[in-house]
Amino acid sequence: MVEWTDFERATIKDIFAKMDYEVVGPATLSRCLVVYPWTQRYFGNFGNLYNAAAIAGNPSVAKHGKTILHGLDRAVQNMDNIKETYADLSVLHSEKLHVDPDNFRLLSDCLTIVVAAKMGKAFTGDVQAAFQKFLSVVVSSLGRQYH
Amino acid sequence: MTSLSAKDKAAVRGFWDKVSGKAEDIGSNALSRMLAVYPQTKTYFAHWKDTSPNSPSAKKHGITVMSGVADAVSKIDDLKGGLLNLSELHAFTLRVDPANFKILSHCILVVMAIMFPNDFTPEVHVAMDKFLAALALALAEKYR
Repeated sequence: MVEWTDFERATIKDIFAKMDYEVVGPATLSRCLVVYPWTQRYFGNFGNLYNAAAIAGNPSVAKHGKTILHGLDRAVQNMDNIKETYADLSVLHSEKLHVDPDNFRLLSDCLTIVVAAKMGKAFTGDVQAAFQKFLSVVVSSLGRQYH
Repeated sequence: MTSLSAKDKAAVRGFWDKVSGKAEDIGSNALSRMLAVYPQTKTYFAHWKDTSPNSPSAKKHGITVMSGVADAVSKIDDLKGGLLNLSELHAFTLRVDPANFKILSHCILVVMAIMFPNDFTPEVHVAMDKFLAALALALAEKYR
């Protein structure tokens, strides 16, 4: 089981309570598709992903970005049980979506950067440590059912 | 991974022009952040009196590292050749595990996003990520 300090719990709840999903979701996914272009392999039916501007303006990317970000809500609400909470999602990503689990790490790095840009100075080293710890638990849980 | 295209180099130079005035702040912040977020990196600084993220040693060292990055920007057309001495230093004296270059690069990118949220676009981000990766590769050149 993951041990969370009071500071870590409060930090994660706070970040997600103030999260602007409509902006952060699309920004994170589009950044990931630009910075790590091989991730586009999973979105063949999303239409125009030819350049950064196209990706940023793509409605399918925006919609899916929000979906992914809201997917983190269950982990935020079940921080003591993330592994079990994401068991089904892990199977889905492995068996149906066939997503290389390294992509979870790439996306979480992009999310960290987008959140950092939004929070500015408030995103201190300690806050970043808590946020990255949370995301690494999520990433690990999502990769757990792969075989 | 891939080498830097003309577009990448232009993006790096352009962004660096905007941020170089704050290089010391970026460096201090990135190194302090690294010690906080990745505590295992403190093992390289056991000789400091104080390895806490906000220690004077950490801030000073961040400045040192960032001036290396600044130098690398000016040598962007030949990182391997230009950084030969630094590579020997890291290979034979410091012997920093190259995995840590990725860690510090990530922290530098986070600080750039915090300090320059509007300029650190996805296109600048990918160019800087590639540049820092190429820099790391040049630093590891002499390792084995």
